[in-house]
Amino acid sequence: MAPSTAELAIDARRLCRRFGDVQAVDGVDLRVRPGGVFGLLGPDGAGKSTLIRMLATVLTPNSGDALIFGDSVVHAHRRITPRIGYMSQRFSMYLDLSVSENLEFFARIRGVPAALRRARSASLLESMELAEFSDRQAQFLSGGMKQKLMLASTLMHEPDLLLLDEPTTGVDPLSRLEFWRIIADLRAAEKTILVATPYMDEAERCTDIAFMDAGHIPHTGTPAEVKSLVPGTLFEVAAPDPRAALAAVCSASGVTSAHLYGDVVRVLSAPGGPDARELLTHMNAVGIHATDVQPADVDMEAAFAYLAEQAGDAA
Amino acid sequence: MTHSAHHPLPFISEPTATDSAISVRGLTKRFGEFTAVSGIDFDVARGEIFGFLGPNGSGKTTTMRMLTGTIAPQSGSIRILGEDVVASPEKVKRRIGYMSQKFSLFEDLTVDENLRFYAGVYDLPADEFVKQRAYVLEMAGLVGREKELTANLSVGWKQRLALGAATIHEPELLFLDEPTSGVDPVARRHFWDLLYDLAGQGVTLFVTTHYMEEATQCGRLAFMYAGRIIAEGSPREIREQHLLDIGDRDDSGRLRTASIEDVFVRLVTREREEAGR
Repeated sequence: MAPSTAELAIDARRLCRRFGDVQAVDGVDLRVRPGGVFGLLGPDGAGKSTLIRMLATVLTPNSGDALIFGDSVVHAHRRITPRIGYMSQRFSMYLDLSVSENLEFFARIRGVPAALRRARSASLLESMELAEFSDRQAQFLSGGMKQKLMLASTLMHEPDLLLLDEPTTGVDPLSRLEFWRIIADLRAAEKTILVATPYMDEAERCTDIAFMDAGHIPHTGTPAEVKSLVPGTLFEVAAPDPRAALAAVCSASGVTSAHLYGDVVRVLSAPGGPDARELLTHMNAVGIHATDVQPADVDMEAAFAYLAEQAGDAA
Repeated sequence: MTHSAHHPLPFISEPTATDSAISVRGLTKRFGEFTAVSGIDFDVARGEIFGFLGPNGSGKTTTMRMLTGTIAPQSGSIRILGEDVVASPEKVKRRIGYMSQKFSLFEDLTVDENLRFYAGVYDLPADEFVKQRAYVLEMAGLVGREKELTANLSVGWKQRLALGAATIHEPELLFLDEPTSGVDPVARRHFWDLLYDLAGQGVTLFVTTHYMEEATQCGRLAFMYAGRIIAEGSPREIREQHLLDIGDRDDSGRLRTASIEDVFVRLVTREREEAGR
């Protein structure tokens, strides 16, 4: 049974936003249930940031509307802002204020009472392992610590919905793991999280995915559902010269796409296309030696590439 | 230091590799009390794609800024394309290129104006510029968009334009500081195809990245942590060295091969634990 509007964290209907001649968001429908981690994926320029900014009530739609916990971003943004936390792509803390001063400042403008500010700040810094840096000026934090400080400042007023626009861009792998551990804790605390990310391993950690392209959202579903949209079989080819192997497999008929992934070549074979043995035979025939061809599970990276290509062809 | 004209220059035994693109010995940089880079040694061969990895704040950018002659080290030697960068940083300026994670493009200039600006920076003769401009526009897929404002390009286009601007003077060695940060997976793939084309033309590439799947595409890697290099080798060597270390088994009980990401997380976690002891 479809949940009623009031039960949804986000319910966007025909949401549109234009900048000059560019239709950045073009009639987006999006429904996000409370309590999940919803990943927003899509090529650069797809309209993800514009969509998030409208949901965060910092940008007004040209037409359409979105209800956040039942309240309209167009007509009732004052009721929404206390319930949401928005983290933009840019580091927007005061560089010359310390970690704790930044938290204090952002909590105060959010109207958090003084007594609560101290307790929440202490508990957030503790859980994000920032406590020992609370007196450090924001400009002297590493990239990973800056992102955690931004997240902490969006949590000071205890929002129910977090809107995170590429929160881990430029952050090293270990700091990203830490960041996602915090996301998991927030989910356990029954927060709803909408996160845009260019990292496909992060997309795999989401409960639901929306794939956005050219202002539209053509696909939504669980990561497994989105991956199942990819037809055919994925193979990984190991070869002494992966670049040469890539060129070789591209010339095989029935190959939808192929690309280098790390030090192997990933080949998407169309339904009825070549199997592992046939790929090997084809490469041998064009004089390319492959050491191994194995079927691989379609991951979010492969799904993204497939969906982006489909969308590009349709355009 | 002076050398008498009567005596030949003493044979310099270190750094030795004259055919190295980069040769670094004992490189150290301190900011006040803080040692950002702590006596590192490494070599990069010509034509190699060298990946420079490490957590935020480990000293990667500081090292890169010393290699490009932007800041001077406290001690140690740097040879870039055979030249001593510490003594005369300007000597290699025209032979190297640099692309920063911020892309260093003027948003309020057009595509063409940005290319003209960088051609001016490197004093490119007019006929060279015409040739290089055509090459860069073709490479970046920006033919027909020369008059477009850079601010209006998507991240992927900007990134390719920035690569074009950084290579307009045909450098022999290119430094790339997180060139694919925040770029979508398909655009990143195209970008790496461009990097491979450059390497195929003999250009040496020195790249930092936080995408471990990109790191696996490099010929050789160095891991930096707290100003030191804690692991070095080809991706395969690094993965094999740490295979038994990780020792995880997959669903069918086979010993799982460590990915570069596994190694990264393992190395950094181990270093942190040791530092905490």
